[in-house]
Amino acid sequence: MAIDKKRYNMRISGLGGQGVVTSAHILGTAMDNAGKFASLVPFFGSEKRMAPVEAYVRASSEPIYEVGEVVYPDIIMIYHSQVVTHGKSYTMPFYTGLKKNALIIINSDVDVLEEEDKEVLRNLNAKVVMFEATELALKIAGTELATNMAMMGMVLGLTKLVNEENIEAAVRERFLGNSFVASGGTASLDSAIEKKFKKKEELLAKNMEVINKTFEMAASIDLANADLITKIDI
Amino acid sequence: MSLNKTLVDMNYLLKEAPREQHFITGAQAMAEAVKRASCDMAIAYPITPQSEVMHLVGDIYAQGHIKEYYRAEEELGTMSAIAGAARGGVRMFTATSGPGLLRGLEAIVSWPGHRIPCVLGVLTRVVNAPLSIQPDNIEMAYLMHSGIVMLHAENQQDTFDMTLAAFAITEKVDVYIPVSVSTEGFFVTHAKGYVDMMSDELAFTECDPYKAPVPAMDNEVPPARIQRDAPVQKSNFMSYLIHSVWQQEIWDCNKRAMKYIYEYLDGPIEVTNPNAKVMLVASGCAAAQAREANRYAEEEGLDVGFVKVRAIRPFPTDELNAALAGAECVIVPEHNIIGWLSKEVKAAIPNGGIVVEGPRVYGGMTLPVELIMTEIYDALGMDSLVLQA
Repeated sequence: MAIDKKRYNMRISGLGGQGVVTSAHILGTAMDNAGKFASLVPFFGSEKRMAPVEAYVRASSEPIYEVGEVVYPDIIMIYHSQVVTHGKSYTMPFYTGLKKNALIIINSDVDVLEEEDKEVLRNLNAKVVMFEATELALKIAGTELATNMAMMGMVLGLTKLVNEENIEAAVRERFLGNSFVASGGTASLDSAIEKKFKKKEELLAKNMEVINKTFEMAASIDLANADLITKIDI
Repeated sequence: MSLNKTLVDMNYLLKEAPREQHFITGAQAMAEAVKRASCDMAIAYPITPQSEVMHLVGDIYAQGHIKEYYRAEEELGTMSAIAGAARGGVRMFTATSGPGLLRGLEAIVSWPGHRIPCVLGVLTRVVNAPLSIQPDNIEMAYLMHSGIVMLHAENQQDTFDMTLAAFAITEKVDVYIPVSVSTEGFFVTHAKGYVDMMSDELAFTECDPYKAPVPAMDNEVPPARIQRDAPVQKSNFMSYLIHSVWQQEIWDCNKRAMKYIYEYLDGPIEVTNPNAKVMLVASGCAAAQAREANRYAEEEGLDVGFVKVRAIRPFPTDELNAALAGAECVIVPEHNIIGWLSKEVKAAIPNGGIVVEGPRVYGGMTLPVELIMTEIYDALGMDSLVLQA
């Protein structure tokens, strides 16, 4: 199992609009907050809603020299089952280049893997974690836009790269930024900012609820002794 | 300088001035170096593909760090104007990429012969058809025989330090030929990295055009100085001799730059674990990948060492011979199809047969560390277990 490694090379495959690149940025910031190192590379292309999008994250407790896309990942995250079933990824099949003892997280509890895929993954001693991240996002945050938070929470929960505080600070930075100033000039401006701020605070709280839930879910499974596929109910 | 900067020598600027860490792109790092170089003038033609370098240099011109800046009509015009302005006695900078470099090449290869001190940024891009804008450093091969001093930056920090050092090296009286600083487009120019920089209130001592082996043009020294002796005007033994002597002088200038590469940049190579059986030799961005591979190999307890080549011209032949003396295999990863570095390394050592030509990627592809690891495992007679079949 790919946990407790010094260094993770992650490939995140999803569809346009799912927040693939956003979550890569948050992952990187969370690593930075934890006093560790990360580098990230979004795939350059004409991404659009439902079109394939990939982002790559390297995370390590040591400085990272390497640059460029992750060609040989030890973690793959699949944000949408169409990446597997429709080949919506930049590499076919989606696990091309996967290293031994790797971790794959798929946003689905439907059996999307063909028998021949399972055979390859078994030979590589990979572990596949499947759960309905979008359903979980809808259930807790009331929006499927939090799918990326559920996926990110799961990978961080399983790898224990950072703690909840590091993530919360990173999510806060992403949604509230560093430039937010709480005092405006006039009362009406204050109220407008307050309203906007309140909405963002709510958004942040919902996102954190999703992440905390996935941390709990990750803690409940024992991957070291698991079969190829571990399905987690939401 | 109108900004009331404190002018200091290059040794103080690079080695002693206090620095602070910044998280910036390679393009920003190059422009930040120009900002501290007391550069008089920049000329550019921002073709696609380029990097943000000359745009950012435009910004620092607007802020008053550079006295003059203009957009030329195209690259041949840019590079010709650089020559004219430098002969006029001012400190010059320009940057280009791939096809733009090749378009300006006719003027660029004449720079050393005209004794033009200037700094040229080369942010490498694909040059071959089909049209692409991706990183690939094949264009550096075209510069290697021009007489120019060539530095190759591994990352954003190197880009900053080498660009600054280049301004000092190019104006040394016993060098006085252009210095190019290359780094990989996109992987370094468009990506952020940590760069330690000194305050921008400090700047390199201003250009002294009279401290030169060839006097700058002014009212007493007309531009005809070089043309008066031009071999083209005669066709006899003397004209051939003039040209051959001049060429020898240019390549000697190139060699003499080496002592300044030691002075400002800690030498033309960096060596880790020099007595290893398998040595990785790489420059630029490939050196970052090789450095990573070297770390992987160290973690696995393999007998592997690493040489980063900072200077491509003058080529560090003696230094490489010393570093590779005990090697049984030399792996040279590169970001181009022809393998210009592996050819140089092969020719530099007496047992060139130990050089593995690769791994190479081109056309803009990433150079995975795993490809280098596969070569290491092969060299050590091990099974390559990392990669999926």
